[in-house]
Amino acid sequence: MHPSAELPAALAIGLAALATYGLRAGGLLLAERLPKTGRLRRGMDALPGALLLSLVVPSIANAGPWGVLAAGITALVAWRSRNMLVAMLLGMAVVLVQRQLGL
Amino acid sequence: MASEFRRGFTALLPVAASVAVYGSVLGVLAAQKGLDWLDMLCMDLAVFAGSAQFVMVEMWDGPLPVLEMAAAVLVINLRYLLIGASLAPLFQGQPLWRKLGVIHLVADENWAVTMAETRRGRGSVAFLLGGGVCMIGIWTLGTVAGVLGGSLIAHPEAYALDFAFTAVFTALTVGLWRGRRDRLPWLAAAVLAVLAERWLPGKWYIIIGGLGGALAAMLQPESPREADHASVR
Repeated sequence: MHPSAELPAALAIGLAALATYGLRAGGLLLAERLPKTGRLRRGMDALPGALLLSLVVPSIANAGPWGVLAAGITALVAWRSRNMLVAMLLGMAVVLVQRQLGL
Repeated sequence: MASEFRRGFTALLPVAASVAVYGSVLGVLAAQKGLDWLDMLCMDLAVFAGSAQFVMVEMWDGPLPVLEMAAAVLVINLRYLLIGASLAPLFQGQPLWRKLGVIHLVADENWAVTMAETRRGRGSVAFLLGGGVCMIGIWTLGTVAGVLGGSLIAHPEAYALDFAFTAVFTALTVGLWRGRRDRLPWLAAAVLAVLAERWLPGKWYIIIGGLGGALAAMLQPESPREADHASVR
């Protein structure tokens, strides 16, 4: 381990950590001043689902038709069974079979 | 308190398996970029954010682009500002030191599970923390194992390991569906996210889709069921 090589690595990790923690803590502390009811609150309540959906939909779209099928199966199984691991494994299995068979 | 912690920890175990797989993929990629297990461990404990760590590892070349990396992480993790804000009701009345401590251990997974639990009236800070400890533990194990075994898996994509991320978040998103009143917000979020991902750089699509969905929820009329709910509170 050369100190010259380790310093930039420590700096990169440190800055990334600072940015991430600042966002996490900042969001929590600033939110205290937001209203508890009404339109703004309704927007805040809808955020979690909308945000997670926005994270996942483009990655499904970019995974091609088989990715869409796999994600559809994952979503269906997760919805019916509430078992996230089984849902995820089934989705991965579709992609695995497709790639192994070169479809 | 202790039982809530344990309940949170256990609630994340089904997700933990996929997080370990996802983490091991990151570890494998990191090993190919020359990160050792100690670099990985430090990054896991200090940053603790999956997709941001993937981007960091991707940018891990030559003289490290430290500032660009920090900027990229800031953009990708902007969603934690919203995630932190969404947790404010859960943390209400808690001392500052606990807020500042526990908030570091909030990842997408334990946040999503805690939000779903809170919706059923059973969420708590200890539950969130239990899930966070489970996540950071399994994340660390998965990534470090990935680094150590990195050279053994030549083509992780051949085993669909790269799809693990999409599968995890698909399953998590389904769990947050609140029924009819989510139709318009979710449609707005999906359309905006896809368009923004195509036309804008970076990970802005996550923020744009999320805010667009929230805006749609604000613009649509209040549902009778929701009004009932508010009067009960």
